[in-house]
Amino acid sequence: MKSALKLYGHYISIVVRSVMEYRLSFLLSVVGQFLVSFNVFLGIFFLFQRFSGVKGFTYEEVLLCFSVMLMEFSLAEMFARGFDAFGGLVKSGEFDRIMVRPRSPVLQVLGSRFELTRIGRMLQAAVMFGYGVAVSGVEWTLGRIATLVCMIVGGTALFSGLFLIYASLCFFTLEGLEFMNVLTDGAREYGKYPVNVYGKRMLQFCTFIIPYALVQYYPLLYLLGRVKNIFYIFLPLAACLFLIPCYGLWRLGMRHYQSAGS
Amino acid sequence: MEAVKKYGSFFRLRFAMGLQYRAAALAGIVTQFAWGFLEIMVYWAFYEAEPQNFPMTFEATTAYIWLQQAFLAFFVPWMVENEIFDAILNGNVAYEMCRPVDMYWMWFSRSVANRFSRATLRCFPILIVAAFLPAPYRMMGPVCLEDLFWFLVTVALGLLVMVAFCMLIYMLAFFTVSAQGLRILFVSCVEFFSGAVIPLPFFPEGIRDVMELLPFAAMQNVPLRIYGGNLYGEELRRAVILQVFWLFVLILLGKMLEWKAVKRIVLQGG
Repeated sequence: MKSALKLYGHYISIVVRSVMEYRLSFLLSVVGQFLVSFNVFLGIFFLFQRFSGVKGFTYEEVLLCFSVMLMEFSLAEMFARGFDAFGGLVKSGEFDRIMVRPRSPVLQVLGSRFELTRIGRMLQAAVMFGYGVAVSGVEWTLGRIATLVCMIVGGTALFSGLFLIYASLCFFTLEGLEFMNVLTDGAREYGKYPVNVYGKRMLQFCTFIIPYALVQYYPLLYLLGRVKNIFYIFLPLAACLFLIPCYGLWRLGMRHYQSAGS
Repeated sequence: MEAVKKYGSFFRLRFAMGLQYRAAALAGIVTQFAWGFLEIMVYWAFYEAEPQNFPMTFEATTAYIWLQQAFLAFFVPWMVENEIFDAILNGNVAYEMCRPVDMYWMWFSRSVANRFSRATLRCFPILIVAAFLPAPYRMMGPVCLEDLFWFLVTVALGLLVMVAFCMLIYMLAFFTVSAQGLRILFVSCVEFFSGAVIPLPFFPEGIRDVMELLPFAAMQNVPLRIYGGNLYGEELRRAVILQVFWLFVLILLGKMLEWKAVKRIVLQGG
């Protein structure tokens, strides 16, 4: 475990050095990443200039929901977005090389594709998170802080799981499936509003199929004091269970892997 | 005439290439349906609570969203050609410059063809299915023939403005070498100011008046609003004139940058 962390650190330092070769471009990427997610915030801001609420949620409440979701996504993205370019690794046969090394393939994929430019979104998420928490008007009791922590842990696990599915599917299709973007980027994009905005059927889908609602809607109700049941505090952690089938799919894919490159 | 034939063949070549990716198009269509549905659901939730605060009819909003999805390839800023950036980065651009054609117009016609071929594959299935959906999701037909005519004119103009804007990025890439940063900066500006994040009518008065003058408003904003009947009469005329104006300015700027870039070009790689 310790040596794995050391190796991961080494990977990151290589990525940092290579990115720093194009310093100006890197800075612009960071600013750009920052602005892209800032756009989403501006969208919410201007819509709420016109409307006073949506499905019983005010601007401040939606902002809290959005900022927590963005934080979860950014954390997962920093560490697990390496799976994004995984199709390329499989297609070019580079994955063969990874398989023959005596280290965990997951670690190697994540390390070699660590995306430093995502730090722009991470910064944005941190600013948004601070702002969202500050203006939310929530009275921060111990239970609510615990809820927030659980949300972030559960959400990060959930999005990491989705990235892992995305990569695992590449074993079967060679190419990344564009549709998976709906589940990751789409969830970030539309997860800015509490899931019940999208209607009852969507809420059911997001509870039982892909558990977005467990890290977003239900704990949010507790944060805003609309439900009192302590059960809701720990509900987001249940989303971690989602990682089990995801990892299963990855293992299945590895077993089915046939080298594609030459 | 000669020139039309020359650049026309670049267009045809790219167009035929683009049509090859049918499986990708199918995956894209499914994805775009999902985005369209979610987007409409959001606006519907807002509409249900306060219909009086809506700046356009709900049918027009739905039409805006479906057209946005159908013509995604026309107007998304991130659909730039990596080949061009790669060529600048690895020095292959030297070959492009050897050709007896103007680099600017060659890349221009290629980009238009790329976007055009993707959109033709994707737009019809989306629009046809959307026309048969139940109530809040249903795509309305055009209000009148005149609107349809102006929609077609401005959608073409919008595409040209978009490509002319992308050309600026390609030319600027000569100066920064690695263009990733420039690209993402450009993407975020276009998304916000062109009405991709929220349609321009949803912005407050003052800000909106300024935004409508910018080149970004000459992209998807004009045709998508004309179709739903949100842009008409005097305003429509002004929008079309602005589109033509920006098209000329952007092309002129692009040509100037090309001239400067070629003069001081350093070929990378070997």
